[in-house]
Amino acid sequence: MPKTLKLKRSLMDAQQMNRVIQRMAGQIVERNADLGQLLLVGIRTRGVPLAERLRGEIKRLEGIEVPLGILDITLYRDDLSTIAPQPVVKATHIPESIEEHTLMLCDDVLYTGRTVRAALDALVDFGRPRAVQLAVMIDRGHRELPIQADVVGRTVQTLDNEVIEVKFESTDGADRVDLMERLD
Amino acid sequence: MVAELRWQRKDLLGIAELTPGEIQLILDTAESFREVAERPIKKVPTLRGKTVLNLFFESSTRTRSSFELAEKRLSADSLNFSTSGSSLSKGESLIDTALTLQAMAPDLIVIRHMHPGVPHMLARRLEAGVINAGDGAHEHPTQALLDAFTIVQHKGRIEGLKIAIVGDIEHSRVVRSNVLLLSKMGAEVTVAGPRTMMPVAVETLGARAAYSLEDAIRGVDVVMMLRVQLERQSKLLFPSIREYFNLFGLTRERLKLAKRNAIVMHPGPMNRGVEISSDVADGTTSVILEQVANGVAVRMAVLYLLSGAGAEEGE
Repeated sequence: MPKTLKLKRSLMDAQQMNRVIQRMAGQIVERNADLGQLLLVGIRTRGVPLAERLRGEIKRLEGIEVPLGILDITLYRDDLSTIAPQPVVKATHIPESIEEHTLMLCDDVLYTGRTVRAALDALVDFGRPRAVQLAVMIDRGHRELPIQADVVGRTVQTLDNEVIEVKFESTDGADRVDLMERLD
Repeated sequence: MVAELRWQRKDLLGIAELTPGEIQLILDTAESFREVAERPIKKVPTLRGKTVLNLFFESSTRTRSSFELAEKRLSADSLNFSTSGSSLSKGESLIDTALTLQAMAPDLIVIRHMHPGVPHMLARRLEAGVINAGDGAHEHPTQALLDAFTIVQHKGRIEGLKIAIVGDIEHSRVVRSNVLLLSKMGAEVTVAGPRTMMPVAVETLGARAAYSLEDAIRGVDVVMMLRVQLERQSKLLFPSIREYFNLFGLTRERLKLAKRNAIVMHPGPMNRGVEISSDVADGTTSVILEQVANGVAVRMAVLYLLSGAGAEEGE
């Protein structure tokens, strides 16, 4: 059940986070010459506000409104038979056909890679995208699958008992990234 | 962050034991599953490797198909038993049947039985989660849940709504589960039917009783018509089909008594010209076919929630 977390150190404040998101948006534009084919897909929960922010920045840079989808990966998790009770399923919403689109999956933290694996499986059920790329705010290492991000906000060395908390103004009231320590 | 309610029960036996929070959790989960039916590939891998037995001691086409479709969309392996031509009709005792099923190590059992309480008895005996798909005139929880889901879709809520249920109140498990659910969620429910079809202590259901259709549907948000079980006609609960239609059939004229945007529901299969006229059944206010589509989403939600209950406590 809820684990006790203690703040170890702050990794980014609002200003730094904003700069990082601006840079990520720039990299996404650079990688995707044809923005008309791009579809941002936020992974619930904190991938969604990240995707929204990236969309805002892309609009500011290029004047193009990129469509945004929301993906809940719960039904594709590989640990459903070992955890109980069942995690809460939230709605998935993909605004248009993903065929012929390049998808930019967005998530706050890249860790074991299992969430991204589940997201890839989920996306395949919506069709055959032209390509799938991955943008994450923080890459904290410890991968258990051969998965890596195309656009990374910051790479952080972490220990197993540490947790990264990415907070957004729209969902948490403030932009902040903290390194937390698990006490148990 | 607000702690989210998690599902803890092994079985879904009736609405009676559910809290409003649990009902809301099932409805919210169903909302997420509804989207799966709109995908090009209408299947998720969630229950891969899980086995579901569909055990129908009473014939049923729509409920069984709805469960089966829900199981398939979740990638579960499903196995159907029905009474005709199986040991279920060869005199085996229910306990022996249950133990035989247990030996097949299913994860979930969906059961319909003509006697009330059979799912409850199996739930106590079996490790598998048990879903009541109708036990006699007792409960039919997934029907009530899909009805509630459909109401929320159209009205945005259940609390404060006025809802009329009309037909054979005494012999209907759909009514029992619906009245329990709707009143738990804060609706004001009226049941109506011919006196021969109203239970003796009708108030104990938790609904207001009315003895005419007009009285029941005046000013309501939802009209739920029940099927007249023509196969029970031998019991002579009413003189003729025509008389039933004249007194309790929902016609366009009578529907005007309800609120202007009232929706019309029916659990199916419906008898046109008996409890409902064709123009109402096919009218713009009818949500009868949506109920069928929603049934699959609600059953997916129930299967999903129950399938996690047996596992070890995780993070």
